[in-house]
Amino acid sequence: MKKLKISGNSILLIITVALFVVMYGAGCIVYANKGFTHLQTFLNILINNAGLLCVACGTTCVMLTGGIDISVGSVVAMDCMFLAVGMEEWGMKSPVLMLLVLVIGIVFGVVQGFCIAYLEIQPFIVTMAGLFFARGMTAVICTDQVSIVSDPLFVKLSNMKLNIPFNIGAYENKKGILQIPYVRITVVIALLVVLLIFLMLKYTKFGRSIYAVGGNSQSATLMGLDVRKTKMKTYVLASFLASIGGICYCLNTMCGTTTQATGLEMDAISSAVIGGTLLTGGVGNVGGSLVGVLINGTISTLVKSHGKLVSSWANIVTAILLCFFIVLQAILAKVKESKKA
Amino acid sequence: MSNIKKITKMQLFLPIFSMILVMLVNVIYDLASGNAPFGFFSISTQVTSSGNTILYGRLIDILNRGSEVAILAIGMTLVVSASAGTDISVGSVMSLSGGMCCMLLAGYGVTNVSEYACPLWVGIGAGILVAVICGLFNGFLVAYLNIQPMVATLILWSAGRAIGLLLCNSAIVYVRVPSFQFFGSYVGFLPTPILIAAICVLIMALLLKFTALGTFVQSVGINKKAARISGFNSAKIILMCYAICGLCAGIAGITATSRIYSADTNNIGLNMEMDAILAVALGGNSLGGGKFNLAGSIIGAYTIQAITTTLYALGVSSAQAPVFKAIVVILIVVIQAEPVRDYFKKMSAKKAAAKEA
Repeated sequence: MKKLKISGNSILLIITVALFVVMYGAGCIVYANKGFTHLQTFLNILINNAGLLCVACGTTCVMLTGGIDISVGSVVAMDCMFLAVGMEEWGMKSPVLMLLVLVIGIVFGVVQGFCIAYLEIQPFIVTMAGLFFARGMTAVICTDQVSIVSDPLFVKLSNMKLNIPFNIGAYENKKGILQIPYVRITVVIALLVVLLIFLMLKYTKFGRSIYAVGGNSQSATLMGLDVRKTKMKTYVLASFLASIGGICYCLNTMCGTTTQATGLEMDAISSAVIGGTLLTGGVGNVGGSLVGVLINGTISTLVKSHGKLVSSWANIVTAILLCFFIVLQAILAKVKESKKA
Repeated sequence: MSNIKKITKMQLFLPIFSMILVMLVNVIYDLASGNAPFGFFSISTQVTSSGNTILYGRLIDILNRGSEVAILAIGMTLVVSASAGTDISVGSVMSLSGGMCCMLLAGYGVTNVSEYACPLWVGIGAGILVAVICGLFNGFLVAYLNIQPMVATLILWSAGRAIGLLLCNSAIVYVRVPSFQFFGSYVGFLPTPILIAAICVLIMALLLKFTALGTFVQSVGINKKAARISGFNSAKIILMCYAICGLCAGIAGITATSRIYSADTNNIGLNMEMDAILAVALGGNSLGGGKFNLAGSIIGAYTIQAITTTLYALGVSSAQAPVFKAIVVILIVVIQAEPVRDYFKKMSAKKAAAKEA
């Protein structure tokens, strides 16, 4: 007889999903006249946060090993600047540049991963140095704002509208023109990343060992897992995903600036935490992070829909939510401990 | 040989060594560019437009600009030592306390005043009080709910600045009153921030010297459970450390605000938490908690400022400076890393063995 057991961790995920539904439902009721009920509003959240979604997947993996990577936001900024300057000033083709960006991401991850896994330096310090380095490199590449206009392929990719098939959620606007909901190519990339990472964590040896290392690195070693190698690979993966996120982000903004994506790493971390990933490692899922990102996006959309609220309200609401989830996690952990004793 | 080893093993070796290195770079740069060889160290007096005589020189500048980081480093050292984690909210809290102070002094929604809306001490007091409350909030989450410090402080990291912006109605609030500028300008010939930092350090040093505070904090940091069993109230001590860290952030915030006599909430204390954490690491303190050395942190703070000032002097723009900072950080932590040290130990042992054979 198999008994359906709901552990504390799945409770967290259920609460997160419920919260998203309630929040979005409330938005639909309150801002019905502002188009909140249209499918496109939901898709816009995905479009605006495609880059963050990729980054959050990497952050989640790192957090599953019990580490942290705060360099990802700066890596995104560096990628955007590199792409922008490469296309506009060096006259390079976008496919080459995109490939180069991914290689840069991997190299960045290898250096950070080596310092963390093999030199046993605290992840926070190493990735903080990475944050400084990438942010500074952004300015070294170029200190001005560079807009991407000249590369036809990149512009085409950025403007490409992928319509939802069978006209689901289509509606006629005030002028009587049929509006078919669409997503950008970035959303497809981001969702593909989520799916792949989800499958990887669930079914591959590497994915399983990430959980094992995060759960208890000592017993992972005793089981014969190469803890250091796993950790290193995870940081490489995070930087690689940050680079993919950077490309998505760039396709969305179509420019490179030095202050771009500031604080993105914290958004990614808070999305993961809201999605039920424990910072102590070993517990969590990218599915939760996806919902976390959606919640973040919904909050800012709600604040924007209100029209009169200042954008800092979005930060405050996210922080309150974060606080709520962190405290909830702590309480659940305490309950678990007292049950054991 | 053994003397050299003794020196390199001293806890203060690393911060002092890096400070000397930075100074050397300055001297070499001065020589190369044909300036006076020790222009870096020269301190002269200058008469300001208002007729005051003030000290002037690059060293003074470093001491002046480094005050905020030094003040933050005091609190951060305690937090790192007691809870084996970092408080990443200090920059935001600085901005919040500055915003609170200016909002009270100018009145809500007013962006430019030349007269106080309420007494100066009320503004400053409220600013610092808010910061202490923030510290207590962080401390409560860490000490009583056992939440990882970085996550617990992440909340205020994102909310602090946002609340500050709300208080200032999303605008830069200018308080153009001479007495408000006092904390960021000069007292006699000495820049006030230096004095404020010195007082903070002195008070902390006296506290550590004449009370058992240091012992308490360290024992909690080394082993929380053992400390509790031997009769310390671990949670209370951690809470206090975070409160002190908040207090320091408040003082630093007021100083930074007074320096530009305005609450530029978006920019005050930006990335300051990184500098403060860096100062602690540079001071030879383990970020894993336990034993700490306040002097190291303070020297570390000024070293970071020296690096920044030197980079500016070398013509590196403020946006590009982080690259070099990152390289310095990585070099320092790699030298300190356990596996690297072991490797060098093995190497020297091999050499000694080869000599004997």
